[in-house]
Amino acid sequence: MTALLVALGAAAGAPLRYLLARLDGVFPRGMLLVNTLGSVAFGLFAALSLGEAAWALLGTGFCGGFTSFSSFAVQAVEAPRRVRTAYVLATTVLAIGGCAAGWALGAALV
Amino acid sequence: MTTAPLRATDLALVAVGGAAGALLRHLVDSVAPATLLPWHTTAVNVVGALALGALPALAAVRRSHRVATLLGPGVLGGFTTVSTWAGQVRELAASGHEVAAGAHVALTLAAGLAAAALGRWLARRREPDEALR
Repeated sequence: MTALLVALGAAAGAPLRYLLARLDGVFPRGMLLVNTLGSVAFGLFAALSLGEAAWALLGTGFCGGFTSFSSFAVQAVEAPRRVRTAYVLATTVLAIGGCAAGWALGAALV
Repeated sequence: MTTAPLRATDLALVAVGGAAGALLRHLVDSVAPATLLPWHTTAVNVVGALALGALPALAAVRRSHRVATLLGPGVLGGFTTVSTWAGQVRELAASGHEVAAGAHVALTLAAGLAAAALGRWLARRREPDEALR
């Protein structure tokens, strides 16, 4: 049951990422947006202390399938040097900061 | 911005591949031992970055846009995750393990970017059948 929910969540998150990644230019702003929003949502869901089923669907499945480290890493090594540094820094700071902000929002709600 | 037409088939391939990749990640999560540093997530992201970089080494990926879409943004996109990594870093820092949180950031970035670069290098090397032509 848990596995099915993980698959379902990712089946929604992954194509949504594919759509937003179309915004990528020389700077991969689409993927930066995806990884930031997905991390905010992950922090929010984590703070809400969801049950096992809801977490499998939304946290592991949707957020996990929506965000992508492999795309980020390959884009970073392929980008021109100056873009690479900015992209790696922006993704790291916005993903972790966004996750902390999402957590704070969730903690304020419960 | 991508100006290529958006195909429903591609979205479906990414959905199916993403579900398969996420299931594989879930399987790794469920068998990994509980440790302070979440090595299993680092391993998933590093292996996924290496595989995505090296993907064009497969002739099927170079020949078929559909195979490339299924395996790249699909399977490997769903397998790897930034949100889980960010969540683990936040949790480590919030629970007083600041050094471990910093190590998780640095190790994932260093190993993940090196793996992606290695994958790209492997993909640039020609397959034997092409080199002989």
